[in-house]
Amino acid sequence: MDLQLRYLNTDFLIIGGGTAGCWAARAFREHSNARVLIAEKANVKRSGCLAAGVNALNAYIAPGKTPQDYVDYARADAEGIVRGDLLLSMAEGLNRVVASLEALGLTILKDEQGRYVTRGWRNVKINGENIKPILAEAAKAKGHISILNRVNVFDYIVKDNRILGAYAIRVDRPVLYVISAKAVLCATGGAAGLYQPNHLGFSRHKLWYPPFNTGAGLAMGIRAGAEMTTLEMRFIALRCKDTIAPTGTLAQGVGARQINALGEVYEERYGLTTSERVHGTVMETQAGRGPCYLQTIGISKEQDEDLLKAYLNMAPGQTLRWLESRRMPSVQNVEIEGTEPYIVGGHTASGYWVDTNRETTLGGLFAAGDVAGGCPQKYVTGALVEGEIAARAAVKYMNDEIAAPDADAIEVVKRKLESHFIAQPTLTVDALEEAMQAAMDEYAGGIRAFYRYSDESLVIADEKIRELVQQSEQLSATDMQELVYILELSERLTLCRSVIAHLAARKETRWHSFAEHTDYPEKSAEWALYVNSRLENGEIRIITRPLVREGEVYEH
Amino acid sequence: MSIEIDREKCVGCGSCVGICPGGLIRLDDEKACIPQPERCWGCASCVKECSEEAIALFLGEDMGGLGGRMTARQEDTLLFWTLTRPDGTAQTLTVDRRDSNKY
Repeated sequence: MDLQLRYLNTDFLIIGGGTAGCWAARAFREHSNARVLIAEKANVKRSGCLAAGVNALNAYIAPGKTPQDYVDYARADAEGIVRGDLLLSMAEGLNRVVASLEALGLTILKDEQGRYVTRGWRNVKINGENIKPILAEAAKAKGHISILNRVNVFDYIVKDNRILGAYAIRVDRPVLYVISAKAVLCATGGAAGLYQPNHLGFSRHKLWYPPFNTGAGLAMGIRAGAEMTTLEMRFIALRCKDTIAPTGTLAQGVGARQINALGEVYEERYGLTTSERVHGTVMETQAGRGPCYLQTIGISKEQDEDLLKAYLNMAPGQTLRWLESRRMPSVQNVEIEGTEPYIVGGHTASGYWVDTNRETTLGGLFAAGDVAGGCPQKYVTGALVEGEIAARAAVKYMNDEIAAPDADAIEVVKRKLESHFIAQPTLTVDALEEAMQAAMDEYAGGIRAFYRYSDESLVIADEKIRELVQQSEQLSATDMQELVYILELSERLTLCRSVIAHLAARKETRWHSFAEHTDYPEKSAEWALYVNSRLENGEIRIITRPLVREGEVYEH
Repeated sequence: MSIEIDREKCVGCGSCVGICPGGLIRLDDEKACIPQPERCWGCASCVKECSEEAIALFLGEDMGGLGGRMTARQEDTLLFWTLTRPDGTAQTLTVDRRDSNKY
């Protein structure tokens, strides 16, 4: 198959029209009259991790609390490995974006005095079934924003450490786009599908994070030599068994405690940080006191009804489970389990190493949302604030010229893509993906290794991933969708190598389950620093950097 | 978790094709189909987008599914979700977008 070449020019290219991307487009247009192009692999109306909806905004600051309180909370939860400058600038914008979302039509629970009803001090309750359509409409409502749906960006165009644009293909037609831009925002989301998932059969895509978020933005950055941070701080979600539905609504919403099979509340034994809650569940199960549950028996019938509706707005499969089994949470505790590890900067601190303005180490390339590192616990609203900060900073590039694309480089990219259309029927993407996930699971701390790994197991993981990288070069496609699957596998493999290198570099166990190194089972004060990395001549170079506090402005 | 498309009810409008975040739905002979249902995330975007209630969400047997099928219908701010069990019994839940989650 021959790919048709198309050249596009824009001022500000946004890769990924999800949470951060849509909001950044809107924010950019409030500061500049320049053109924006959003390139989106799916459809902005329901793309990204908010496709199904969400029923709380988990980053909000209740009256009486301050942005500094939020920073302190996130720092404690991450055992100190956070960027104070990033967290504080994010926290300062949280309540403003919550108010903007409400003005755009999002339903937020209020009391009789018209004040938001909070869950704890960091959370407001919403009906977020349509939050993604609201965000997409907010972007569309501003002029000079073009949206290209079904366009998959797979590599940056970089010269002398300055980004000039990106390459993309159409998912549904044989078209290769060469997109030139003055500045670029990477907002592709984090990565799922690196590790073997909870279900191995038909339901293998029932993940916490979207299986369509393949780590494209992270892989593009790694390949282009951008510095990455804290990829070893994986995220593992504690979820309802089988449906992988959220547990927060049960734990915080109706006050269900985590109990083991003996009915004992085990939370206090292991600590209450996000990673410790997962760790405790693993430990109880390993000690023979599993399975573990959220204790819902005894809640009222009215609460049952409310929960059925609450889950419809974010995880309809859980409502389906309760209805078809006729076993409601009031009569049956909800079993819980940990998911496979993800790389997701909205929850942990992994992602691009950015300056205070969210600019990466590649000039003109910004990162926001789940691809941006150093700023955990950002959730939806924090991702929106990051999109605003990046968009505002990108304006400074708008007086630059758009660089002409290099014809020779384009030809190389085009030929490499087209080479996958030559039949090599012995290998399939699915088979290599399964091999990758099995290697990561067994040797790099997946579910079935109880999230543990050692120096030796990581060496094996790296060898296996390198072999798979070689094999993936020979994969063949018959249409554009299959070509996208090949590119996605390549993205995951690229990211797996960096994750393994990061896991090996941090010689301590700072976060149980998220990074459980059996050769170094204790936390060490020596490792109160960032583990960063950069790909140089095909090898991953580890860089350690001292912690950055709030009040500082960090420049590369 | 995946979806099932009722070819009899499908009118071939293609709105599900455009909305699926995984690009998994295609039109085949003017009817929507999902050639690789095991790639579905279960987000139900297509279920809500379909005005004909031709798309149903279900839980795979490997995750303990019991054969129930759930469809959705929208009217202004209201979403009507209907679960039909294999024994033919059905249950409808109505959610108003103006009502927030209370938990």
